[in-house]
Amino acid sequence: MAKARRKAGEQLELLKPGPKARKSSSSQKTTRKTREAVKESAARSSSSRAKKAAVKSSKKSAAPRAAPAATAARKASASPATTRRTSAPASRATAEELAQRQREISVSEFFSKNRHLLGFDSPSKALLTAVKEAVDNSLDACEEARILPEIVVEVRAVEGAPDRWVISVEDNGPGILKTQVPKIFGKLLYGSKFHRLKQSRGQQGIGISAAAMYGQLTTGKPVVVWTRTGKARKAHRMEIRIDTRTNSPVVVSEEEVEFPRDHGTRVEIEMQADYSRGQRHLLRYVEQTVLANPHLALTFCRPNAEPLVFPRASEEPPKEAAEIKPHPYGVEVGTLMLMAKESKARSVAGFLQTEFSRVSAQVADEILRNAKLPKSVRLKDVAEDREVAEKLRQGILATKIMAPPMNCLSPIGDELIRKGLISFLNVVEEEEPEEEEPSGRSSRRAKAKEKTAEDKQAEMEKAAADSMPPEEGEEQIKGKRFFIVSTTRPPKVYRGNPFQVEVGLAYSPDWPQDQPIRLYRFANRVPLLFQRGACAITEAVVRTDWKNYELAQPKGALPVGPMALLVHIASVWVPFTSESKEAIAHYPELLSEIRLALQECGRKLAAYIRKRKAAVHELRRRSTFELYIDEVARSLHEIVGADEEKLRGRLLEMARLATGGDRTDEILDRVASRRRDEFEGAEAEEEYR
Amino acid sequence: MTRRDATAKKTLAKIEALAKAVVRDIQKKQNPRIEIPLRTLSNITYNARKKIIEMGKETQERSFFNVSQARKFMQTFLVASACKELIETGKTTSIRDLYYMTKHTLGNSKVNTFEEQDESDPIIEDLEVTLDALREELHLFANRKGLMVGPMTIVDSGDTIDLRRQGSGGWGVPSIVEPNVIKFGKHEARYVLLVEKEAVWSRFNEDKFWKKEKCMLIHGGGQPPRGVRRLVHRMHYELGLPVYVLVDNDPWGFYIYSVVKQGSINLAYESMRMAVPRARFIGISSRDAERYGIPEETSIRLDEGDHRRIRQMLEYPWFQDKKWRRELETMAKSNRKYEIEALSRRGISFITEEYLPRKLAEKDWLE
Repeated sequence: MAKARRKAGEQLELLKPGPKARKSSSSQKTTRKTREAVKESAARSSSSRAKKAAVKSSKKSAAPRAAPAATAARKASASPATTRRTSAPASRATAEELAQRQREISVSEFFSKNRHLLGFDSPSKALLTAVKEAVDNSLDACEEARILPEIVVEVRAVEGAPDRWVISVEDNGPGILKTQVPKIFGKLLYGSKFHRLKQSRGQQGIGISAAAMYGQLTTGKPVVVWTRTGKARKAHRMEIRIDTRTNSPVVVSEEEVEFPRDHGTRVEIEMQADYSRGQRHLLRYVEQTVLANPHLALTFCRPNAEPLVFPRASEEPPKEAAEIKPHPYGVEVGTLMLMAKESKARSVAGFLQTEFSRVSAQVADEILRNAKLPKSVRLKDVAEDREVAEKLRQGILATKIMAPPMNCLSPIGDELIRKGLISFLNVVEEEEPEEEEPSGRSSRRAKAKEKTAEDKQAEMEKAAADSMPPEEGEEQIKGKRFFIVSTTRPPKVYRGNPFQVEVGLAYSPDWPQDQPIRLYRFANRVPLLFQRGACAITEAVVRTDWKNYELAQPKGALPVGPMALLVHIASVWVPFTSESKEAIAHYPELLSEIRLALQECGRKLAAYIRKRKAAVHELRRRSTFELYIDEVARSLHEIVGADEEKLRGRLLEMARLATGGDRTDEILDRVASRRRDEFEGAEAEEEYR
Repeated sequence: MTRRDATAKKTLAKIEALAKAVVRDIQKKQNPRIEIPLRTLSNITYNARKKIIEMGKETQERSFFNVSQARKFMQTFLVASACKELIETGKTTSIRDLYYMTKHTLGNSKVNTFEEQDESDPIIEDLEVTLDALREELHLFANRKGLMVGPMTIVDSGDTIDLRRQGSGGWGVPSIVEPNVIKFGKHEARYVLLVEKEAVWSRFNEDKFWKKEKCMLIHGGGQPPRGVRRLVHRMHYELGLPVYVLVDNDPWGFYIYSVVKQGSINLAYESMRMAVPRARFIGISSRDAERYGIPEETSIRLDEGDHRRIRQMLEYPWFQDKKWRRELETMAKSNRKYEIEALSRRGISFITEEYLPRKLAEKDWLE
């Protein structure tokens, strides 16, 4: 029984990532998983044991739905009991026999069987996940050490093994102490970020070690780490293997080596992977990481291709995010009990004041009053008695408590989003990162065919236009114009967790007009590449009415238009829908903040597009007039003998002034001259019909 | 010919004045514009005393720097310029010819100055009303349509023509029939009979109806062109001949009669020179089918367009006469219309030998 309970509990331990906040944010999921775990254990042990285990485990997880969990356990146990009664007694296993088969499952073993939970579900995705974990760690480390990060990502082929690749990530971070290296890379659930409430990329401490384990499982090769913590120190090279049975690291080799940087770390993992299918994801990850981290200089060395170099867009490191204590509003009963148990405080009031943010002595008293708990209530009671803990929680909810401090957040910032977008659009490869678009490609091919004198002239005009100063809010990037706006919303709170939403959008009149916008999602500066449909960001974008902002939008879909849209959520605890951190859960507070940010940017976009539309309209009018001016001038000349050229000049000038003058040309920029010719004809044809 | 020169000079001066005003606008950097009298129903009044349609004083502005008017503005001056050339060279041409003269592609676009003749004809009419110049003064004429025979001798551009000796073909009525082109000579005519269609006209001509009845027999091929209307007008007023109109028994036929009698909306400015308010509607009347034993199967059912036209005509002030209203309402009620040819059921020459003589004798007409 104890084993069964431990097993169920263990699974819970891994499935619910944080003992403090995680439970509060996804109690429902925890409950569901509890049930599954309970079912499993129940199937193996006798019914009564299972029932008790279930009750205990659900009590331990302290999810509010302990009762249904127990019911589920009962149900799960009920059916084997009935079958047992009807089946032959010979096949009946005793509790003792069953107990012999029950044994502890290590975290590593569990993950080696459930690799999809961590993003290693396919060989094409494995490369990306490994690189992502390594880069996320590098960035977090550099940020904490206040170092402007320089990262080199490399993917190398392994000779003679077409399905094997080596990923290598090198940074200029603070380095890792030699003693820590084995645990960081060779033990799952080991890390510095798990126990703190702070905005960081990594959260659970399973990422890089899981990547190492994936490499080990698929190739048998250990992870190789080079690290150096300072100029005066030696660099070390270590090979580390994970003992999956015990979830503990084994140092295979260790030596002192030369390292090209004063400080930094380099990780190499050999793994089974599919580069040809995974490279697109990898490229997107790299590009978008640069976009959300303008202070990062990154080089990406790819097999059979020129290295991609992303220079630093900003010399300004991000504002350091402070670590905070949890806010009382976000804490659930189970967490509360656990915190009470672990707390060293003497009284409940003291506990509230020391373990939570924004709880003063007065507030603590008020909470106790509202909880209708006697002053004499002991902290031990909160830790052990569910009813007391529940009362305390109700007391918390009934008390007005100040919002949590917001210095724990480090948004990218309006200006840096803008810079990030510009440098992103400068480097980003021409190929469409999203779904294949045969239409766009064929048109490009068609253009390449018919390179005529007209094209050359257009190119010359384009070059001339490039030297013109761009519109306000407009940028010239690779000969294309972009209108860029960004917004950083003030910080808000969901369930006691501070968060902040940022949006940046780049609209280019020179991009194809008829494709869905490119949406880039970020959480704590990490790009979210998968499960777009399941993400709250996508939902918020889809639910915003972009027709108000001059973009077409099919019902229930992303808007259509020449636009790149960046949405970033910064939070001490980002509510992902799963451990692979690919989509954000649909919290109403998040959704409404994202929408507000989108609307803010949308309004500016609408003003820009309308201005352009108005200018296009003026230009059409002008071309209509210009079309007839020659005729009018000639006719007038023939009738009264007036100077035809003078009349023509006057009329052309009047046509220009009557249609917004130079302003019209400036707004539209004469880059579009060729396209203008096209619609001139079309417009005039419309005109007389 | 000196009189002709004087007219030409006057017209040229009008065209030049129009262009000069526009050039002045351009020099003053003002939107160049012209004022054009409106040729729409809203700008038409029925002069009950004179019993003709007259054009009102409303004008519309046509300016160049207005997207919806720029093209028409250009066309107006293109036509004006072409007319100037015609007048200066002393040539006269058809409006179709003018369309081809002025049609060309604009710059390196795919757009033409005119795409259809339907586009240039209204511009000519605009120019006529704007300049207060007649079509012939602009040296333009419409394609000729309409034939005439009868006991009369005329002089057409200096040639003497005996309308009694025109065989089966008849004399083609030119577009311009002003006294300087057509002069009436000796005649024995008692009245003018205007029929709607050429086929009916041929029947009357072959039966030498005009000889027996001593009438001028003329047709306009549907809605009569200006030349025919002007000629009928001149015969009525200069020779004092009464005018009888024989048209189909349908809304369109009635409307043809109405145009002959009162003038048209589009050419309201010419009513004075064209309308014959005392023209008489001789047939086919709605009651004739019964009275002349025309079998019902020769009738045609009215379609929606016919009914609409009837309702429209009942609104016109010049169709307010009781007899007329009864006529239109009867047709709408019976839901039947008859072509003139329906009379042929009673014999091929029934119309010339019985129908018309009897109607005239019985004074069975509407006025």
